[in-house]
Amino acid sequence: MPDADTLPEMWGVVPAALAVALIGVALGLVVAATDRAVLTGRAAGAAVEPLRASARLLLEQRRTTLAPDRLLWRLGCVALPTLALLSLAVVPVDGRTLLLTSADLVWFNAMEALLWAALWLVGWGPNSFHALTGGYRFLAQGLAYELPLMFALVTVGVGAGSLRTTDVLAAQEGLWFAVTMPVAFVVFVASAAAFAFWGPFAAPTAADIAGGVTAELSGVDRLLVEAGRAIFLGATAAMAAALFLGGDSGPWLPGPVWHLLKTLAVVAALVWIGRRLPVLRPDRTVEIGWMVLVPLTLLQALVVAVLVLTGFYA
Amino acid sequence: MLSDLSGWAIAAVAVLGVLSVASGIAVFVVDSMARATFALLGSFLAVAGILLALDLVYLAVVTALMMTIEMAIMAVFMIMFMMNPAGLMPMTMVHNAKGSAVVGAGAFAVLAVGIWTIDWPTRSGEQPPDSTRQLGEAIMGSHMLVMLTIGIALFATILAGTVLATARGRYDRFGADLTARRPDDPVPGGLPR
Amino acid sequence: MTAELVLQILLTVAAGLVGVGLFGALSQQSIVMVMMGLELVLNGVLLAGGAAWFFLAPELPDAQVLVVVALVVMAVEMAMGFAVTVAIYRARQVDMVDMAADLRG
Repeated sequence: MPDADTLPEMWGVVPAALAVALIGVALGLVVAATDRAVLTGRAAGAAVEPLRASARLLLEQRRTTLAPDRLLWRLGCVALPTLALLSLAVVPVDGRTLLLTSADLVWFNAMEALLWAALWLVGWGPNSFHALTGGYRFLAQGLAYELPLMFALVTVGVGAGSLRTTDVLAAQEGLWFAVTMPVAFVVFVASAAAFAFWGPFAAPTAADIAGGVTAELSGVDRLLVEAGRAIFLGATAAMAAALFLGGDSGPWLPGPVWHLLKTLAVVAALVWIGRRLPVLRPDRTVEIGWMVLVPLTLLQALVVAVLVLTGFYA
Repeated sequence: MLSDLSGWAIAAVAVLGVLSVASGIAVFVVDSMARATFALLGSFLAVAGILLALDLVYLAVVTALMMTIEMAIMAVFMIMFMMNPAGLMPMTMVHNAKGSAVVGAGAFAVLAVGIWTIDWPTRSGEQPPDSTRQLGEAIMGSHMLVMLTIGIALFATILAGTVLATARGRYDRFGADLTARRPDDPVPGGLPR
Repeated sequence: MTAELVLQILLTVAAGLVGVGLFGALSQQSIVMVMMGLELVLNGVLLAGGAAWFFLAPELPDAQVLVVVALVVMAVEMAMGFAVTVAIYRARQVDMVDMAADLRG
C-alpha cells in the first residue's frame, strides 16, 4: 500500500486537481486525435488538428437563435466538460484518486447521470426543434443503457467487495476482472459510447436531425460540448482500464505507463469500432437494453457473486 | 468534513443550505417549466452537497443520481402536459395561494420553534470510519426487513405504474382472439419478432 | 460554533424546505407542479435525516436507513404520480387538479 491514499495528500490539493484536469484534457485530445486518424486514415497531423479546431472555435463568433433560454443553455454547455472532469476524480492515477470516497463507483455513475440533465439542457436551450429532438433522443437512449451500466458497476463492486476504485485495483492483482466479467466489461464500454453519444449511439447528434443537440452550437459553446464529449470518452476508457483491465498492473514497465497503454487501447477500440457501426435508433436500443442486457448483466452479477462466495477473488 | 466544525466547512454548508431553500422557492416563482424543474434539481444537488459534508457519501451521490434522472424525466412530462413550458407567456396557475402560504409558513414556524426550543441531546457515539459500509451492513443485516419492504414496494410500483400509464393491453397487441403472430405495436422495438 | 447550533441551523433549513414544498403542493394547479412540491418536502426529510445521523447518533445506521426510505418514497411518488397523470390525461385531457375535483370521494 502507498503511504498517501489520495493525490491531494501526495501533491497538495491544487496541484492534484490541476493535474487531474490536465490529464482529462489530454485524454480528450487523444480521443479527438484518434478519431481524426481513423476518419482520414492518416496519422500525420491528426494530433494537431483538434488543437487547430479548438483555436478556431475559441475565436469564432457566437451565433444565437430567436428567444433562447440562455441561462440553461450555457449551464448545460459548461456542465458537460465539468462533469467529465469530475468523473475523472475517482479514476485512480498511479494507484491513488483525487477524491477518495467510500462510494467511488456510485460517484462515477452519478456524474454520468447528471450528464442526462446537462445534455437535455443543451438541446432545450436554443429554442430549436432539432436540438430539442436530440435532447429527447438522449433521454430515451439513457433509459436504455442506464440499468445495464449500473449492473455492470454493481458487478465490479461485488467482485472487489468495495465501492472504492483503489480497492477494485487491489482486488485485480491476481486476475483482471475482464476475464471473469466479460459481459459487464462489454456493457460498460458500450455504455461509455452511449453516454458520450458516440459511434452507434450518436442518434442525439445524428445527421437526420441536422446535428441534434449540436445543431445550434457555435464558438465556445460547441468547443465545450465537443470537449466534454471527448473527455467523457477518455475518462471512461481510463475507468474501464482501471475497473476491468487491472489498471496499472503489468510487468517491466512502471504502473502509470501500463494504465496509460490500456486506456489508449480502449480509446482506440472505441473509436475504431464506433466509426464502423451505423447509428442505432434509440427506440431500438431501449428494447435491447431492457430485454437482453438487463437479464445478461444480472446473470453476470450472479456468476460473480457465486465466485465471491467460493473465495475465488480472495 | 464537518467533524472539526471548521469555519470554512460551516460556511460552505450554510451557503448550500441557503441555495437549497432559494432554489426551492424559485421552483414556484419562475415562469418557465424547464427552469422550475432544474431549480428543483438545484435544490436537490445543494442538499446532496450538504450530505457530502456530513460524510454521507453514498446517500449524497445516490440522491444526486436518482434526482437528476428523475428531473430529466420530469422535464419531459412538464413539457408534455403544461401549456406554457418555456414561460414565454407568463401566466399563473395557482389556487388558494394565500391559504397555502399560511399553511407553509405555519408549518415552518411550528418546526422552527420546536428546533430552537428543544434541548438537543449531545452525540451518543463515535462516527463509523465508513458510513457506506455501515448503511450496507444495516440494510443487509439488522434492518433487512426495510430492504425487503422497499424491494416489494418498488416492484409493485413498476407494475402499477405500467398498468396505469399504458392504455394498450394484449388484445390491442395480438388481436381479439390473441392469434396475431407479431404484436401490433406503435413502436417496433429492436428485437426481431 | 457548537455542534448543537449547526444541527439547529441545518434542521431550520430542512424546515424551510418543508414549508416551501407544502406551499407549492397546496397552491399549484398542475399535477406535475404539485408533485414538485411534495418532492421538496421529502428533500427536507433527507436533509433532516442526514443531519440527525451526523449530530445525534452516528454510531447507529437508523437515520441513514430512514434517508434511504425517504429516497424510495420519492421514487415511488414520482413514478405513480406520472402514471396517474398519464392515465387521467388519456381519459379526459386533464392535467390540472381542479379539473379532476369530481374524483373526491
